[in-house]
Amino acid sequence: MRIMGHQPNLSAWIGLAIVTSFIVIALFAPWIAPYGEAESVSETWASSTWQYWLGTDNIGRDMLSRLIYGARMTIGVALLTTILSFIIGTCAGLLAAIGGPIIDQALSRLVDVMLSIPLLVFALIILSMFGSSIPTLIITIAVLDSTRVFRLARAVAMNIVVLEFVEAAKLRGEGLWWIMRREILPNALPPMISEFGLRFCFNFLFVAGLSFLGLGIQPPFADWGGMVRENGRAISFGIPAPLWPAMAIAIMTVGVNLVVDWILSINARPSGASAEM
Amino acid sequence: MLRLITTRVVLGILTLLAVSVLIFAATEILPGDVASAVLGQGATPETLAAFREELGLNRPAYVRYLEWFFGAIQGDFGVAMTNKRDIITSMTPRLENTFFLAGYAALIAVPLSVSLGIIAAINEGKAVDKVANVISLAAISVPEFFIAYLLIIIFAVNLDWFPSLSTVFADMTFAKKLHVTALPAFTLTLLVAAHMLRMTRSSVLSIMSQPYIEMAFLKGLSRTRVVFHHALPNAAAPIIAVIALNLAYLIVGVVVIEVVFVYPGVGQFMVDGVTKRDLPVVQACGLVFAAAFIILNTIADVLGVLVNPRLRKPR
Repeated sequence: MRIMGHQPNLSAWIGLAIVTSFIVIALFAPWIAPYGEAESVSETWASSTWQYWLGTDNIGRDMLSRLIYGARMTIGVALLTTILSFIIGTCAGLLAAIGGPIIDQALSRLVDVMLSIPLLVFALIILSMFGSSIPTLIITIAVLDSTRVFRLARAVAMNIVVLEFVEAAKLRGEGLWWIMRREILPNALPPMISEFGLRFCFNFLFVAGLSFLGLGIQPPFADWGGMVRENGRAISFGIPAPLWPAMAIAIMTVGVNLVVDWILSINARPSGASAEM
Repeated sequence: MLRLITTRVVLGILTLLAVSVLIFAATEILPGDVASAVLGQGATPETLAAFREELGLNRPAYVRYLEWFFGAIQGDFGVAMTNKRDIITSMTPRLENTFFLAGYAALIAVPLSVSLGIIAAINEGKAVDKVANVISLAAISVPEFFIAYLLIIIFAVNLDWFPSLSTVFADMTFAKKLHVTALPAFTLTLLVAAHMLRMTRSSVLSIMSQPYIEMAFLKGLSRTRVVFHHALPNAAAPIIAVIALNLAYLIVGVVVIEVVFVYPGVGQFMVDGVTKRDLPVVQACGLVFAAAFIILNTIADVLGVLVNPRLRKPR
């Protein structure tokens, strides 16, 4: 079987299988989950049985059902964040590339300063100010993460701006927005696609990390980072409860990484024009 | 060369200044102000006014920034909003704890990962290289707390070698402290060692593709000799840069790890501050973290200039 005209290798297949099944689980959570998201079905931290495959959590909810519902929240938030971050980062990056040296300098120096603070520290400062709700979380991480996207988009666009067809469009009298959208964006997309996967992984781990610190997605919503936090104490009693959501996060990131590796290897082929960018 | 170094240091100081403005400004961009953000919707105009008075919010922002900044460089971060305790006195012991943990992890991680990275590069494509590659890739792509809980299950619960919570006291003996903080230190080690190993390996390998290395091979030298005598001296600069970068990374990684092991460090302090929305505490911790990050990066740049054989010659 070929996808987008390319034959995936074994690790790409594993990655694709993981990502697809997680997305299906997230989409159809209410039909797949054996119990409800907030339904207390047993005593605290029951061990795994045929009835509760992965045991129960700190207030007796079925771990597997929580994991399935949590996929929605965790993957959904990370995906929205990445999309928003790409919109902001790409727009700013393309603007810096064609908007002249003043805009470029202003944006680039701002990004330099933002990148010189660890993202987590920056996010903590902003969240302490705004409090943690899902929209705040998405916007905060997206804005912080867009600095990385900006760097790439600007670098890629810089190589395209000097080509003849952009020059021609400028001479035709096309507007800034039109040039960005019709001349530069289509040519900048291939290297941005694999970056999307990498940024998704990063944001996914970032959201999970913040939720684990109790500053991300708030209860009663199930999300994997928060589930690790809620069940953290169980580990000292030798109960593997926090390991399941942590493992789900790990499997998802590894899956996306495998797919990204495959996309990168397509781009790196001699026929792929985007290799150097 | 001296000019290069001076430029780097000046650049570092400028960045730190810009970052301090940014950290301060982050609390000013909100519609409304700190007082209404902290007190929330239920606040009456009188309590808001009183709170603003108390925080000094009725003065212009740049005055408050200058006061905060000059206080900060003299080691005075003001008092915490919630318990009115002096921030610097509650932060100092925690800062020592964090540096202790980070230093502990660095002492294991740096020699381990650099030597493993070189071994992997020497044996490129062989089994050793592949195993190192897979393990380090796995360690990078899983969340910090996953590694932490896995280590707890193995070493604290099943083998019972180390405690699962790292509670430290001021009057603990050094050996005891090393034992109690072993698990968080190992977790951090795994996290940064994986990055360092991969980057060391790739910087040695990129040197290995140079023409003079091929020349050395054509002379009939052994692979080990070529790596140690020809490649390593030139790979030293990038490796040092990699180490410093990862030490900077360690400072961030410490936040989550401290929370997992309930270790009393600055990371926990900051997370607590965020939960209680105690802005002065968060700003102070943020500035300390950012400063450590920038200082380490500047040191990396300067060391990179110093050890680069091509930049060492006076022009």
